[in-house]
Amino acid sequence: MAQVLDREPAVKKATADTPAARTARRKALLHWIAVHSLGIAAALFFVLPFVFVVLTSLMSNQQTLTRDLIPTTWEWSNYSKVLDTPGFLTWWRNTLLYAGVGTVLTVVSSIPVAYALAKFRFRGQRLSMMLVISMMMLPPQVIIVPMYLFWAKQLDLAGTLWPLIIPMAFGDAFAIFLLRQFLLTIPNEYIDAAKVDGCGELRTLLKVVLPMAKPGIAAVALFQFFYAWNDYFGPQIYASENPAAWTLSYGLESFKGAHHTDWNLTMAATVMVMAPVILVFFFAQKAFVEGVTLTGVKG
Amino acid sequence: MTTHTLRSKRRRSALRTVAFLSPWLIGFGLFFAYPLISTVYFSFTRYDGFRPPVFNGLDNWTYVFSDYPMFWPALRNTLWLVLVMVTLRVIFGLGIGLLITKIKTGTGIFRTLFYLPYLAPPVAATLAFVFLLNPGTGPVNTMLEWVGLSPPTWFTDPDWSKPALTLLALWGVGDLMVIFMAALLDVPKEQYEAAELDGASAWQRFRFVTLPNISPIVLFAVVTGVIATMQYYTQPLVAAKVASGNMGGSGQLFEPGYPEKSTLTLPQIVYNAGFQRFDYGTAAVVALVLFALAMVFTALLMRRRGGLIQVGD
Repeated sequence: MAQVLDREPAVKKATADTPAARTARRKALLHWIAVHSLGIAAALFFVLPFVFVVLTSLMSNQQTLTRDLIPTTWEWSNYSKVLDTPGFLTWWRNTLLYAGVGTVLTVVSSIPVAYALAKFRFRGQRLSMMLVISMMMLPPQVIIVPMYLFWAKQLDLAGTLWPLIIPMAFGDAFAIFLLRQFLLTIPNEYIDAAKVDGCGELRTLLKVVLPMAKPGIAAVALFQFFYAWNDYFGPQIYASENPAAWTLSYGLESFKGAHHTDWNLTMAATVMVMAPVILVFFFAQKAFVEGVTLTGVKG
Repeated sequence: MTTHTLRSKRRRSALRTVAFLSPWLIGFGLFFAYPLISTVYFSFTRYDGFRPPVFNGLDNWTYVFSDYPMFWPALRNTLWLVLVMVTLRVIFGLGIGLLITKIKTGTGIFRTLFYLPYLAPPVAATLAFVFLLNPGTGPVNTMLEWVGLSPPTWFTDPDWSKPALTLLALWGVGDLMVIFMAALLDVPKEQYEAAELDGASAWQRFRFVTLPNISPIVLFAVVTGVIATMQYYTQPLVAAKVASGNMGGSGQLFEPGYPEKSTLTLPQIVYNAGFQRFDYGTAAVVALVLFALAMVFTALLMRRRGGLIQVGD
């Protein structure tokens, strides 16, 4: 924090080996050691669960019934066994469909809404924004009974993921909110200048605003992708009756059921569901952290 | 003449607004307004999805509040989670946020390591914690016994299932860490310098400089944490299913809240009433209670004065 930074020049200035300088240097060193020891302790708390999961995923079946923490034989074949599980590859394909198509639909349909909420002036603007936030905070279970009846009884789409994908073509409240927060940070001068040059609203949005909003769009796309990847309730409601439509998050839970005591295979499957998310994060770290920060920023 | 062009101009701008908002306007009607009104209607009917709904007045409402054996345990669990889980998550998130702003060597690595668990998909993270905390062969209890403790049985003990879920929630504190980190770096340095000149101790600097500056973010974290707790679904459900050994898959009936309703939450009983017992009337009542609770806290976020999310301009 700030005061640590501020103390540094004082330490450097007193290069003379006076007792005062030595105390200051010793204090700074002790402070460094204390902070970094705490940091390492915290890091262990966050990392060890991953480590144990990966270690267990490489154990033999018999060894998972012992209290050993480290594999005696390294069973890499556990991973190919998981891949050979009937349905596992189908779950992958379904998850990519849900997450991929859903993300594209969400981004395309949410951008114009967010732009209007951020940059237009109209009656009911404040009310619209309040409704967007209310939709964002709405637990999905609140409206699930009529929604299920609508998709299952009237449109006969139970047993598929379409009831989860189609609504994303009509703007997602969280995506609209996040994009609107981002678009507010783009100065109006750019938009006015485009208008002076004779651009219409749509051209202004496509040619001027969108290129500047790339980081916000990337954050929204990432959040939406992770949302679909992680969603458990949606597939449980609409796809549970048809294993051919399951996603990874939903199928993973049934995995433990099919493999009773096989913690090694279950943990290997767990790693295979976690790994893609973590890989995506490493490629898009900046956009992601920026998005998380935006959700907490006022106005 | 001028009024005419002005009016047509205004009409064009209104049309333009409607055009840009149209995806959301349709979504709002189809996926928010219609199902909400419909849920209110179902809450006054007996309906199983096969025979047509029959109006039965306040029967579902009195059933939920006086006889439904899952409702009050779920509400009590939610209160426990709000008081303990949300509070600990905010304190821990602030602590980790403070720590990361003080780490000067390897900051990027530490930050990434602290953040990663937040990204673990809930089903995968819950499975991992049920394994880590399983009393038979789990690494956590193995290590606790090394140091001579007699550890609890976590997810299979009604007194320890919620603390186990709390551990899982603390593990995924990365979102709060990032928000607090950003807020802490925004505190004006001059205020720390002034406090230090006045001889303030580290605690006093935290209490009188840091906290007042970041209090809106703390409140934001608390309120969004409470709203998230209202929706708490996947983790307690998956933990209960896996720990009870009843994985269900499809078709099998599962008694939610294992062990002894200790992990039951409101969204779970909406699912149980509606989709396991096909009692849509009861499900609708619980759904509306959930809606009311969520909206109270959402309104807190949007208050005109001192609201945490600025809604207008």
